[in-house]
Amino acid sequence: MTESLILEERKDFIKFGFEKSGKTAIKCESNSVSGAVSQRACVYCGARVVLNPITDAFHIVHGPIGCASYTWDIRGSLTSGSDLYRNSFSTDLTEQDIVFGGEKKLSAAIDEVVQKHNPKVIFVYATCIVGVIGDDVEAVCRHAEKKHGTRVIPVKSPGFSGNKSYGYKMACNAILELLRPHNNISKTHGVNILGDFNLAGEMWIIKNYLNEIGIPVVSTITGDAGYDNLIKAPSAGLNLVQCAGSMTYLAKKMEAEMNIPFIKVSFFGVEDTSQSLIRIAEAIGTEENINKAKTFTQSESDRLRPLLEKYKSRLEGKKAAIYVGGGFKAISLIRQFNQMGIETVVVGTQTGKPEEYEIITGLVGQNAVILDDANPAELETFMKEKDADILVGGVKERPLAYKLGIAFCDHNHERKHALAGYEGVVNFTKEINLSMNSPVWEYIKQET
Amino acid sequence: MLTMTPKEISERSSLRINPCKTCQPVGAMYAALGVHNCMPHSHGSQGCASYHRTFLSRHFKEPAMASTSSFTEGASVFGGGSNLRTGVKNVFDIYSPDIIAVHTTCLSETIGDDLTAFIQDIDIPEGKYVVHTNTPSYVGSHINGFYNMMSGFINYMAETTGQSNGKTAIFPGFVNPGDIRELKRILKLMKVPFTMFPDQSGVMDAPMTGNYAMYPKGGTTIPEIIGLGDCEKVLALGELTSEEPANVLERKCKVPYSLMQLPIGIEATDKFVMELSQITNEEIPYELEEERGQLVDIILDAHFYFHDKTVAIFGDPDTVLGLTRLVLEMGMIPKYVLTGTPGEAFVKLANNLFNQYGVSDCTAKASGDLFELHQWIKNEKVDLLLGTSYGKQIAKAEDIPFVRAGFPVLDRYVHSYAPILGYKGAIRLVEMIAGALMDRQDRDASDEEFEVVM
Repeated sequence: MTESLILEERKDFIKFGFEKSGKTAIKCESNSVSGAVSQRACVYCGARVVLNPITDAFHIVHGPIGCASYTWDIRGSLTSGSDLYRNSFSTDLTEQDIVFGGEKKLSAAIDEVVQKHNPKVIFVYATCIVGVIGDDVEAVCRHAEKKHGTRVIPVKSPGFSGNKSYGYKMACNAILELLRPHNNISKTHGVNILGDFNLAGEMWIIKNYLNEIGIPVVSTITGDAGYDNLIKAPSAGLNLVQCAGSMTYLAKKMEAEMNIPFIKVSFFGVEDTSQSLIRIAEAIGTEENINKAKTFTQSESDRLRPLLEKYKSRLEGKKAAIYVGGGFKAISLIRQFNQMGIETVVVGTQTGKPEEYEIITGLVGQNAVILDDANPAELETFMKEKDADILVGGVKERPLAYKLGIAFCDHNHERKHALAGYEGVVNFTKEINLSMNSPVWEYIKQET
Repeated sequence: MLTMTPKEISERSSLRINPCKTCQPVGAMYAALGVHNCMPHSHGSQGCASYHRTFLSRHFKEPAMASTSSFTEGASVFGGGSNLRTGVKNVFDIYSPDIIAVHTTCLSETIGDDLTAFIQDIDIPEGKYVVHTNTPSYVGSHINGFYNMMSGFINYMAETTGQSNGKTAIFPGFVNPGDIRELKRILKLMKVPFTMFPDQSGVMDAPMTGNYAMYPKGGTTIPEIIGLGDCEKVLALGELTSEEPANVLERKCKVPYSLMQLPIGIEATDKFVMELSQITNEEIPYELEEERGQLVDIILDAHFYFHDKTVAIFGDPDTVLGLTRLVLEMGMIPKYVLTGTPGEAFVKLANNLFNQYGVSDCTAKASGDLFELHQWIKNEKVDLLLGTSYGKQIAKAEDIPFVRAGFPVLDRYVHSYAPILGYKGAIRLVEMIAGALMDRQDRDASDEEFEVVM
């Protein structure tokens, strides 16, 4: 049964927990097989999700209407300032534009924005079609920048030009362009937070912790970011990289160009949150910061322990499946499940890196299966075979899980509560419990 | 909320803000999901399929399956022929549908992929079908994509044997499974033998069984689609949605059609029921008479609460026109009526309704967007907002009661199971509209004015 549902071309993308050694490395970072029901998105999608949380930017999508409408206000990234980014702007290209080119319309759209709304920064996203009809988006942006004296940044994101990870890279390039020039910025004692998108206010949680241990935050990239705050990023002394999948590239570039070192951090789970905070203090702080971090993380962990113990009795022995975007998040989730006494039996990512899959292989048990770019048929097969009780995934996986009679927690754009930090651990544990122990499951079992 | 929207309206020639439409392929995907054992296939880069599936899942809270040709740089330069060939083979091998329904994207359209030629060259397994339609995202909206996909099925599959099958084909328009179930109930009450095409009921509202079926029980079957060519007649519901496929079927198989309003509200449902009774020459059953009477009774009971209230309605053209008719029947004033889908026919039909009911100072617009609607409302406020979930920002910003109807509804549950079509659907809408207005009255009432009996 299992065999028949897996395409020959897909076999290299799948690995089992008992294959511990590196010699059978999983295949990843390549394109989806044609004909697969892929859960993956495109370059544009990758670029859009990274930049969208910049709250006071005009995000103009240059293409037909779909690309703009599917990304209108979908991320759940919260703002403490402008709500401009919650509008959808596009050139809504029509047949005539395809035939005669869309550059004029794009120029006019930028003009209309500048004339009426006095923007601080405009991002222009190139979609599939723009790549094909040959619009020179860069030239249009350059020209508009000169004409209006406003930053107009092109995002080179035609959907077909790679996969979602490549889109992250294109977004990072756009951010770099926004930060340039940065020669005369004097250094401060503070950090940038890279790769948190303030879903359900998670950036605020992290900022609070850093405030608690006395580490100043210079810029947030890109959760709850505004133009004025973003352009200060080159003055930071350290970059903290949370979503490694999307932001390692930017961190490396900033290290080379702006002399800012970086460390990878994760704020998912008690263990990772505590370790990250102590490591941050050690990397940039004084003895006092380090002590504060140790005291703070200790007291937070102590505070949570009784609650987690209470839930553990309900969760222990259950089995989890994970299907998320990046490998780093998958790693944090496996650790969190391990702490709850839940065994992770299926792990899939859309854009995991070879080194991340190595760590994952080390963390899971013999029984687990690891998938790169899994499709619904594979998820279904392995979740059933491994008898998973809960799936952690994104919007497309939710109804699939429910249909299979498996509980679900959204760890993506539609998360209901903050899942980062100590607060996040509480929310995550409660949510896992809520979904897994809902009375509704009893009625399904009666039916079958 | 929406703080950048200025009251002052200025001409925009190039910038679309807060759209009231999306692109063709998602409509094609929804149409194909209304066919039994069918895999919708997106011929473009993988992001398109991912977005459309997500969009549909967010509205229906159901899995939406579709495969993709996964275009890369190479395909965009050399054409997507080999991607489609591999894709079709893989889909049949692994997901074993009976039909693959291919729709194009802006990318494959622009590079000039000839789908007819590609499909002719593909080895299709015995008894299986591959059909296609062209859905360039830069033309029209998801509504065009929806009817183009219907035409695609008809072009490839509908046949005439010369012998009528005695059935009436119903093209329901871009509606929810709950609406389709309501249409079917009325058809059964009227004893009309029918083929519903497409039919997303039983697919996008499939029940929980504890087992996942990639192809749920519902959907128009292959024999039914082939048999469209032998139908007596087509009732094409939705003047701006269903004419094209009805036309295609008429040209191909000489099946005549009646183009009708989407049966939302009293009069449009009356017309639909009358049309059915002419088909069978049967009396209208008391059950339907009773429902109609109940609807009128309810409107009468509650008319104080909505009579002369102004409303802004937006969404897909036929849905908006239907809702406009209903609110006019309720004595409300459809101050602003807007769709994002292009086509001036919409404006004409809306203006006809304004004239028919003698309301003045009402505005209708096609190719509009919600930014402009918001500006209109800033200039002259309305008492109620009626449309898709994208209106909730305006409703919050301007503090207007808001009723959700149409596609998409992304922030509520159950909506896709319950109808807005037919007398039952109208009763539901009246309940929602009256409820929203009366909740507002309660909210704003002083303690002295606050009443238990209303």
